[in-house]
Amino acid sequence: MQRKINIWFNIDWFTIILYLLLVFMGWINIYAAVYNEGHQSIFDFSMRYGKQLIWISAGLLLAFIILLIDINFYSYFAYAIYGTMILLLVAVLIFGKEINGATSWFQIGSFRVQPSEFAKIATALAISRYLSAFNVKINSFKSYIRLAAIILLPAVLILLQNDTGSALVYFVFILVLYREGISESILLIGLLIVVLFILALVFSKFVILIGSIIITFLIFLALNKDFKKTGFGFLILGSIIFILLVVNQILEIHLSNYYIILIALTISSLIYIYSSVKNKLKNVFILLIFLFSTTAFTYSVDYVFNNFLEEHQQKRINVVLGLESDPYGVEYNVNQSKIAIGSGGFSGKGFLQGTQTKFDFVPEQSTDFIFCTIGEEWGFLGTSVVIFLFAFLLYRLVGIAERQRSAFSRIYGYGVVSVIFFHVAINIGMTIGLVPVIGIPLPFFSYGGSSLWAFTILLFIFLRLDASRLELL
Amino acid sequence: MDSFANRRHIIRFIVILIGFVYVIRLFFLQVIDNSYKLTASNNVLRYVTQFPARGLIYDRNGELLVYNEAAYDLMVIPRQVKAFDTTEFCQILDIDKEYVRNGIKGARKYSVYNSSIFLKQISSKTYAKLQEKLFKFSGFFVQPRTIRKYTSENAAHVLGYVGEVNDKIISKDNYYKSGDYIGISGIEKYYEKQLRGEKGVNVFLVDVHNRIKGSYANKKLDKEALVGSNIISTIDADLQSYGEKLMKNKIGSIVAIEPSTGEILTLVSSPSYNPELLVGRKRSPNYLSLKIDTLKPLFNRALMAQYPPGSTFKIINALIGLQEGVVLPRTKYSCGGAYFARNLRVGCHYHRSPLNLKESIQISCNTYYCNVFRNILDNKKYPSIREAFDKWSDYLFSFNLGRRLGSDFNNELKGLVPDKKIYDRIHGKNGWGSLTIVSMAIGQGELGVTPLQMANMTSIIANKGYYYTPHIVKEIEGDYSLDDRFNEKHYTKIDSSYFNEVIEGMDLAVNGAPGTGSTARLAQVPNVTVCGKTGTAQNPHGEDHSIFIAFAPKNNPKIAIAVYIENGGFGGTWAAPTAKLMIEKYLNKEISIQWWEDYILNAEINYNAKKN
Repeated sequence: MQRKINIWFNIDWFTIILYLLLVFMGWINIYAAVYNEGHQSIFDFSMRYGKQLIWISAGLLLAFIILLIDINFYSYFAYAIYGTMILLLVAVLIFGKEINGATSWFQIGSFRVQPSEFAKIATALAISRYLSAFNVKINSFKSYIRLAAIILLPAVLILLQNDTGSALVYFVFILVLYREGISESILLIGLLIVVLFILALVFSKFVILIGSIIITFLIFLALNKDFKKTGFGFLILGSIIFILLVVNQILEIHLSNYYIILIALTISSLIYIYSSVKNKLKNVFILLIFLFSTTAFTYSVDYVFNNFLEEHQQKRINVVLGLESDPYGVEYNVNQSKIAIGSGGFSGKGFLQGTQTKFDFVPEQSTDFIFCTIGEEWGFLGTSVVIFLFAFLLYRLVGIAERQRSAFSRIYGYGVVSVIFFHVAINIGMTIGLVPVIGIPLPFFSYGGSSLWAFTILLFIFLRLDASRLELL
Repeated sequence: MDSFANRRHIIRFIVILIGFVYVIRLFFLQVIDNSYKLTASNNVLRYVTQFPARGLIYDRNGELLVYNEAAYDLMVIPRQVKAFDTTEFCQILDIDKEYVRNGIKGARKYSVYNSSIFLKQISSKTYAKLQEKLFKFSGFFVQPRTIRKYTSENAAHVLGYVGEVNDKIISKDNYYKSGDYIGISGIEKYYEKQLRGEKGVNVFLVDVHNRIKGSYANKKLDKEALVGSNIISTIDADLQSYGEKLMKNKIGSIVAIEPSTGEILTLVSSPSYNPELLVGRKRSPNYLSLKIDTLKPLFNRALMAQYPPGSTFKIINALIGLQEGVVLPRTKYSCGGAYFARNLRVGCHYHRSPLNLKESIQISCNTYYCNVFRNILDNKKYPSIREAFDKWSDYLFSFNLGRRLGSDFNNELKGLVPDKKIYDRIHGKNGWGSLTIVSMAIGQGELGVTPLQMANMTSIIANKGYYYTPHIVKEIEGDYSLDDRFNEKHYTKIDSSYFNEVIEGMDLAVNGAPGTGSTARLAQVPNVTVCGKTGTAQNPHGEDHSIFIAFAPKNNPKIAIAVYIENGGFGGTWAAPTAKLMIEKYLNKEISIQWWEDYILNAEINYNAKKN
């Protein structure tokens, strides 16, 4: 009894209140989104809002049960839970039901479960368990491989289910690794790849090549503070380019300027390496590696983009980057979503007064695009309150994670933060046209049992761990 | 213990930063930007394309040839379709339920959000009935369009026709969307850009019940449609109509050109078809039956049929001979009814002998031209026949024979002037001589000339040495002007002075005194000096083709004409009187002797007796 009192006493009630608030707001917005005059009661169980109430109640029950479970259960069984989840992900590929092109559902009677929603919890547990072991050094090749395996295995399986959105979620665990001390350069390289990927899609290879050459020279200048050597290096490259251009013109080889610069760069690189060895200049080698891998990377982007992404995914990315316009196809959802949100104005049209979302103009208005209903009916006030609540929740969860005495609890806490953050950022970003359309739910808001329960379990395991933080000495 | 605890600040910073960016974005979207709030009620945008009326086509005298008529396409946006009363719907449109089901399914396949055509070209009456009930059928709307109408059955090959764009065109040119029309042949095709105008678009707000609620964003996104430009053709509608009348029941072609401008006055390809057949919903079956017709009415003979020029070609050889100095106007050759050389005999008909150059044209003596042709090719000026032959073909090219004329027709063929390599291949490099190819002296053998090229050749003779590229459009209204190349004078490689002698010969051929052996006396026109030359092209498919070229009047010519009547026999029999009637109609406006018209109209040419 002693311990139980401790739990209720030490649990973070503040977060629970935030949770209940978000879930309640979600529920009434689902009511507004699919409001049907024939079924006005919010307790009508034939409608989505009635059903959502069932999911919420069941979710609260789950939360309560989780709070009763011993904290050691999660770290002991972390790998077992992870293993079971992997098996389920494989099983759903074989026995699953296909809905909207994704094979990610188990159907039992009229009841459907989406295991990929729960796999995030298992992955967070497995990462926590692995990193909290005493003899693990995060910045070792072995750890990199193992962590990559833990994170990518479920991601790949979900990708195979044709649910790209849910698979992308797994990349957010890099935030957890970052907090746990993974080398910043890994993070920087990751960021660089993303930035380059986008730049490579927007600009031509030629522009990127010129750009990265200039940047490399500037970095060199910043590192060595030697104008003379930098200028000399620039002169070498420039004159080789000039010679090649002349040769190209005279011999009529018709080589494009891109290749001329690339060849000139290769030749002058040899000169740079020679003189750097001679003059004992640092960084030259690394800078050249950076330059050439950038170039190689821009090459692979087109290939990856054209061969690994499906047409609708390419389109979604192109639409966000402004490279393509297709107001009735891919852009339709986003356009309608922006119209709905934008028409809300400062204070919204009022509860149940939204028309854009109600009349089917916005697709998926109770699931992935639930934010439109908030925007239309509650206006800028409503949307900023929701964003504030989420930001506040995440801020608080970071604080809670940091106060943990056990590494396992802390790491898991960051897992919770990362997953919720990714979902919120991508989901809202997509409805306001800042992020490509990636079909993932808004935590606690979107209609659906699987998603609601998964986030509830994810959060309450952490609250349970937190409640017992003082037991550890 | 934990040296990375400070990284929590970075993570918190990222969270707050994203939240901040989103709130700013939302502030712009919801508070600053007004475009999303224009309407308080249920709206969705509907893009209604405004189809401009296609440009009209007139003849050279301002007579209307092609115009437009309103038609309505019933469109469907599958996403907006709600359950509706199919029975009533089918009754209004006179279709069955199967059609409705397949139509919506097909549209869905194309796009769920985009509109596609559900039912093409419904009549104004059906449209009126449908319009009042349209609100019951959510997802359907009517798109006005225009279809082509013709004032007569004539000039189908000149005008061409319009048809729906296919996938290939859509993928090549993003102006066109499924269901749009495009010019497929003739003027409609060549001047498509000018005729079509520019599509516009109106963006409307539509409520869930499919009712238009007004314009979107103050018409900011609307685009006005630009009406297509009208085109004035060079065709003379009366002459064209008369030409088609004369060619009824005959296979062949008439092309008439105004020599001083290169404007095509008439372009008949017979048999032709009624252009009305290739319009509207019945287009496909009609097209199919025209396509399988053994007389090939869709085949534009005036531009695409390549016939040997026959004796008309003697004029060209005479001109080349004069220019090369191998024959003089006074040069005489005797003829005993055939040309004999070694073991070769080229037959001729019986006539007086010997003849000088202009008499040789008047009487069309084969022997004379075998001599001239051999003089050209065996000229000592050139090291061998191969060089002489090249020189000879250069002259032909300067008449634009064996070359595309570059008129404003897309499907013009270039005809055939053989290359010496062909003979090298057949006979060996030194294995052939002037005698081997002597049949070309009289326009037989490996020569192919289209009626259009033939008319242009006649026009060159009329002009004494130059031509304007033949064209079918005189003027385009609006911002367009005719291509400069149609105002450019092209000179042949024959000096202008040499033409006088052959023109005298052509005058004699038509207007020579009775009994002097003139071959084309049937082409005489009262009060007008017609200059002409008959031709008879042997062909492997049956009776010889009857050919006649002429221009008139002799001084300051107004019309140059080429007539081909397939399997019509001797050129003087059918082609010459046909040309005469055309010239008379054009210059005198009336036919002096009705008998000739009846003679041509009642001509019965036996097309069944084809040799194999």
